[in-house]
Amino acid sequence: MQANKLGKQVISPEGTLTILDNINLSVNKGESLAIVGVSGSGKSTLLGLLAGLDTPSSGTVILDGHDLSRLDEDGRAHIRSQSVGFIFQSFHLLPNMTALENVSLPFELLDRKDAELQAREHLQQVGLSHRLQHYPNQLSGGEQQRVAIARAFAGTPSILFADEPTGNLDQNTAQQIIELLFKLNRDNETTLIMVTHDMTIADHCERKVVMAGGELNES
Amino acid sequence: MNTFKFAIRAFCRDWRSGELRLIGLAILISITCLTSVSFFTDRVKRATEIQATELLAADLVLSSASSIPDEYQQQASKNNLQISYNESFRSVVVKDDKLELAEVKAVDEHYPLRGKLRISDALFANEYETSDAPRSGEAWLDTRLSQALNVELGDTISLGALNLTFSKILTYEPDRGGDLFNIAPRLLFNRSDLAASQLILPGSRVRYRMLVAGEQNYIESFRNTIDTNQDVRIQGIKDARPEIRTALVRAEQFLGLAALVSIALAGIAIAMTSHRYATRHFDNCAIMRCMGLPQNQIMKIYIIQLLLLALVAGLSGCLFGYFAQEGLNQIMSGIMEKALPPPSYKPVITGLIASLITVSAFALPQLLRLREVSPLRVLRQDLAPVPVNHYILYLIAIIALVILSPWQSGDYQLTLYTLTGLCLTAIILAYVGYVLIKLLGKIHPHLKLAAHYGLANISRRTKQSLIQIVGIGLGVTVMLLLTLVRTDLLSNWQHRLPDNTPNYFLINIQPEQVDAVNNYLADHIKGDAKLYPMIRGRLIKINNKPVNEDDYASPRAKRLATRNFNLSFMEEMQADNKLVSGEWWPVNREQHNFSVEEGIAETLGIQQGDKLTYLIGGKELTGKVANLRWVEWDSFNVNFFVVSNPEALIEYPGTYISSFYLPTTERSVLIDLIKTFPSITIFDVDAILNQVRIIMNHVVSTIEFVFIFTLLTGLMVLVAAIQSTQDERLHESALMRALGANRSQILSGLIAEFIFLGLITGILSAFAASIIELALAEYIFKMDLVINPWIWLAGPLASCLLILLTGLYGTREILASSPMRVLGRA
Repeated sequence: MQANKLGKQVISPEGTLTILDNINLSVNKGESLAIVGVSGSGKSTLLGLLAGLDTPSSGTVILDGHDLSRLDEDGRAHIRSQSVGFIFQSFHLLPNMTALENVSLPFELLDRKDAELQAREHLQQVGLSHRLQHYPNQLSGGEQQRVAIARAFAGTPSILFADEPTGNLDQNTAQQIIELLFKLNRDNETTLIMVTHDMTIADHCERKVVMAGGELNES
Repeated sequence: MNTFKFAIRAFCRDWRSGELRLIGLAILISITCLTSVSFFTDRVKRATEIQATELLAADLVLSSASSIPDEYQQQASKNNLQISYNESFRSVVVKDDKLELAEVKAVDEHYPLRGKLRISDALFANEYETSDAPRSGEAWLDTRLSQALNVELGDTISLGALNLTFSKILTYEPDRGGDLFNIAPRLLFNRSDLAASQLILPGSRVRYRMLVAGEQNYIESFRNTIDTNQDVRIQGIKDARPEIRTALVRAEQFLGLAALVSIALAGIAIAMTSHRYATRHFDNCAIMRCMGLPQNQIMKIYIIQLLLLALVAGLSGCLFGYFAQEGLNQIMSGIMEKALPPPSYKPVITGLIASLITVSAFALPQLLRLREVSPLRVLRQDLAPVPVNHYILYLIAIIALVILSPWQSGDYQLTLYTLTGLCLTAIILAYVGYVLIKLLGKIHPHLKLAAHYGLANISRRTKQSLIQIVGIGLGVTVMLLLTLVRTDLLSNWQHRLPDNTPNYFLINIQPEQVDAVNNYLADHIKGDAKLYPMIRGRLIKINNKPVNEDDYASPRAKRLATRNFNLSFMEEMQADNKLVSGEWWPVNREQHNFSVEEGIAETLGIQQGDKLTYLIGGKELTGKVANLRWVEWDSFNVNFFVVSNPEALIEYPGTYISSFYLPTTERSVLIDLIKTFPSITIFDVDAILNQVRIIMNHVVSTIEFVFIFTLLTGLMVLVAAIQSTQDERLHESALMRALGANRSQILSGLIAEFIFLGLITGILSAFAASIIELALAEYIFKMDLVINPWIWLAGPLASCLLILLTGLYGTREILASSPMRVLGRA
């Protein structure tokens, strides 16, 4: 993953506001990177651009060999379906689906006939084989994030983006989730880009960068 | 990815989780309503038509001045239709030295195909039904002819070269339609004797008729094969008597109105529930986009889901509709004169298509917002898609209603009125609602906690509150219209034919007999029996241009252009007439003035201010059309297409006519009347009157049932409107509980909010319902109405109660479960 001279400006009532300014970043295959910074520093905006969820005002992002700025939304969606996985702070499980169905979803989107079987295996890996038929609102926060992790790894992505994955969890649960995340990351040899404001979690990553005032610095 | 398979899986998941149930329920109720209306109206309409066919003695009548071509008989036989022939003409009937001109009718043994003849064995004796026609050698004479010839049963009378035995008194003939007072006395005899009478010669004026009856679709296909260019006139049931025509048209108007309002309300409910469904699916969409699903594929998934829902809910609606109408059939079996014909399959197709159109027009535009959901929403919850332009939504909805409604009601004018009414009501509700919400915003800081919290909720969510006021307001307005106003309109309509509706007409009263007849009637008849002058004249010129039947396209106009009119004159307009344009006789009476019935004016192209010239007894009379009138033809009072001011016609020769009500038990008065005034002729219209009453009763019962479903859709709108802000309300209440508010504080706040919402919508709805009632009475049903004061009490009360119950039921979750659970879900 490579970002070159990445910039993001938005129009506000006070005029043009620069959120990201001339960001250059490259992450190698299998590497884990933590983007840290205080609230409002532009971490999540950067994550959205790197994952192809948003388009930059200037600069380019090369993801898995594809220049995202040359692709339209459907093109970027195709890259996401092939190579990208996500974990979010607020889990973002589909409330009308059971844990099993949530994890089956990426397999179904790839039209895999063994979607349910694969999903069961992934849920077993995150220790939730006893919660398959539970709906998100019947699960604890930690359990919901485990389902989200199982879902993120379900499509065997080459790169995983995590946005404050423990932000909604207590310290103990957060620790368990981080251990699980990094274990699966190692097992699957996935590239991990994680946004966090928690330095202890960031310490788990091989590399750290700090966002401040829209600029990025290696720490 | 197989989009269809995925969509089916998503459909099952959404259904299971209850996400689609609300939209499904809205579709289900609306389609149940639509199909039960369609099933039942289809059946009742057919039953009513069967009743009406009795007044034609057939389902269809072909008539011609020359014999009916054989090809029609072949066509009719091919369509498995029953056929009966008759010939009618005027001829002199002779008994000893008495001669009388009669309308003679030669019928076969199949006559009549619908309805029954009624006969009696003595003058004004009890009549009874018969399935027979006169046998060969026999003649049945009506009261007038037997009076005029002074014959008794068993006497021999002569008709041309034929001698016939007078065997029965003919009291009722189902198809004795047309202008009641233009027909001569009747003689009915067997068609096999026709040749022997030697009366039909080349050039004779004979009306040949072919009566046809059978299954409706065969009748329709037979009717389509008839070449109208040939000199053959087709008469179906709607072309029958004007009283019946009016009743059928009214029935269609009422039912059409019910169906139309149901569709519109269901549409509003569906739009509201789909809006909520779409909003709740923003996150799902964003996650799927994150997982790499392209926009179009997501839309395809939702569209397939929606179509599946339309299909499943639509089919279930058809099934429920079928059972509902069957249940109604059971309830109505005592009221209906005869068993209804079995339901046809057509409503199922109608229901499914209506379901698809309703869903496409009301739910789809809401779901199209999902197309615009950005995948970035997974990181930024505030990124919601731009709302669909409301004007586009309204336009789509109106187009859908315009497509659906004439199909349901068969009436473009009614569609226009109703849609305009609904739109105006919505606009009034929105604007006045807005003003009231702004006022509440100023009042609520000065109130106590519960009322303060409740009112603040309404004024803070101005946009949503307005949507709720419009949605609920329309629902309550319709409910008020369907309960209170419906009763007013229907009872008003039924009262048009009260028990003392005239059932006898007197004609041929000579001017010199007027005083004597007036005195006689005053002594023997209870109630009014006014005598009207009747002068026969033919319209020969309009604005000095000769009237020519070739100038008119419609058969009715051609007939009117050639026939004699019954003219009358009067100083004051009759009570059951209404001026449509112009004024009643102007002060300046130097020129003659005419008042013309609006229907005939339209048919003949006559406008206010035109000059009409009539030929009366060899003399021409020209006058100006001072006004156009609406006439309540189904009142059974004496009425005229054209009347003049007294000065214009008073000098012309004519007779007088009167109508009165006489109970069956007092029929001996009639015998005495004939003896006192032998030249006067009595017409008995009791049979026709009863027929109209039966049809009216059918119609009223049907309307009352159909309106129950419309009422249900109204309720559905109410539920949908309350549900539309439920998520927000749940979240806020949970937050307040988390901040320390206790259950009773939350509950009183909610109650205050629902009561205020109910009061605002109730008052506005009462206002809207009153205006619509006046408009309906004035422009559609042409009835005099006073506003029902109960609306002002019932509207706010019902509205408060319904909103309170629905709202508290919807928010029971917040009071029952922990705030953490509700907040954790957000």
